[in-house]
Amino acid sequence: MKNSMLLAVCASVATFATVAVGEVGPNDVVFTDTGAVEGSLTGVAGDPANGAMVFKNRKKGNCLACHQNSDMSDQQFHGEIGPSLDGAGANWNEAELRGLLTNSKNTFDGTMMPAFYVDSGFFRVMGKFDGRTNLTAQEVEDVLAYVQTLTE
Amino acid sequence: MKKFTLSATVAASLALFAGAATAQVTDALVVEGTTISTSAPAADWLDIDQVLSGWSFRTVETRALQMDDFDNPGMIFVDQAIDDWSTVDGTEGKSCSSCHTDGPEEFAGLRAELPRWDEAQGKMMNMEDYINLSRVEHMGAEPWKWAKPRMDAMVALISLQSRGMTINVAIDGPVADAWEQGREIYYTRVGQLDMSCANCHEDNYGNMIRADHLSQGQINGFPTYRLKNAKLNSTHARFSGCMKNIRAEPFAVGSEEFRALELYVASRGNGLSAEGPSVRN
Ligand code: HEC
Ligand code: HEC
Repeated sequence: MKNSMLLAVCASVATFATVAVGEVGPNDVVFTDTGAVEGSLTGVAGDPANGAMVFKNRKKGNCLACHQNSDMSDQQFHGEIGPSLDGAGANWNEAELRGLLTNSKNTFDGTMMPAFYVDSGFFRVMGKFDGRTNLTAQEVEDVLAYVQTLTE
Repeated sequence: MKKFTLSATVAASLALFAGAATAQVTDALVVEGTTISTSAPAADWLDIDQVLSGWSFRTVETRALQMDDFDNPGMIFVDQAIDDWSTVDGTEGKSCSSCHTDGPEEFAGLRAELPRWDEAQGKMMNMEDYINLSRVEHMGAEPWKWAKPRMDAMVALISLQSRGMTINVAIDGPVADAWEQGREIYYTRVGQLDMSCANCHEDNYGNMIRADHLSQGQINGFPTYRLKNAKLNSTHARFSGCMKNIRAEPFAVGSEEFRALELYVASRGNGLSAEGPSVRN
């Protein structure tokens, strides 16, 4: 009884922590001069199916807010702010994509695209998002795996 | 009867609005014989050539709702404010009409100049300030809360008196510092999504951001009746909503910061017509 209580507490602590064991924390990510990130953020292979979910979910990546994506033509509204992502998986290699998903400002100076794995340096962040990254490290890897499937 | 027709029209347009195509138009907006300019050459200090009313970016159906006062749901709230206009309140036993005997028409042109410096008050005043000044000092009544129904309705009634008149907000002299502060807020990136007003409303107006067709974020049409929340929306409430969308902690309604931002955004629309209460999605 006592033990299972303890387990429950541990489990809930784990879900609230921003960085899980074995993950690269948002402040420890190493970028190349051109903004790419070489190694996986988690060591766990990305799941493209979950990546697609994060990509279209308005409360997660919401990539469709800004990008057109023919692979999701079943979704009604595609944004026009950034370039179409058709072919993005062929135009960019894995490290480049990981870099521009982690913090696109290292790839495109002054871009409007949000940084998805940065938790500090912002102004006036709303309470519940303060000190947090937009996506988890694994969600970044998952979106990356999905974008890599967009080869034409 | 009147109410029924109005809500039927709104319901019909709500159903249409989700799937309707959007286009940016520069058509003339004529309401009750008054021509409302929905585009104008931009001030030379702006990085854009032409300023455009938010009306230009809405769907055919939403635009149509603003072309006839009978269809404009914002007018229901104007009617409520007309009732408040002659409602006695406060220790002095007065209503607005006790002092302003010529009716709200007396205020034609006011909306087009606000916010503005008021020498007698020694500060920058916007419409809510003037309404509360009268309530407190002339009526001995409680001030109304900003961004609440009675206040927004009265702002709509008084704004309506300036409909079609050219927005001409002064940016120099005693308001110069506030204008500068407003401009800085407009261009400062905030929130977890790290965006500024300019990212959406200067760099990307005319583009779709998912289901929303981005306008220039002008405030010439305020207060706006929004189909989304079926009520009037004040400028400060709208600023607050946009900041929350980018996961930023909004400034308080009525704060120094939002007053400065209101002045700056109002001045970006100089040359457009006052069109409140307008209809938006
Ligand atoms: C608020 C807008 C916005 C959002 C949200 C957004 N992006 Fe972007 N993205 C841009 C812009 C703008 C560019 C172009 C870079 C530039 O010039 O600033 C871009 C560039 C890119 C590129 C490079 C495309 C090319 O061909 O050059 C990729 C890949 C990309 N984004 C993927 C994503 C993914 C995946 C997501 C969601 C997890 C996402 N973006 C979310 C605005 C956005
Ligand atoms: C992420 C994009 C985004 C940002 C950043 C943003 N807005 Fe908006 N804003 C919108 C959208 C979408 C709408 C609704 C469609 C439209 O009118 O553009 C809107 C509407 C408005 C309107 C109503 C316009 C009308 O005619 O009814 C105003 C005013 C406005 N924004 C001002 C601001 C100000 C001031 C800021 C900065 C504090 C800001 N916005 C930041 C997306 C944004």
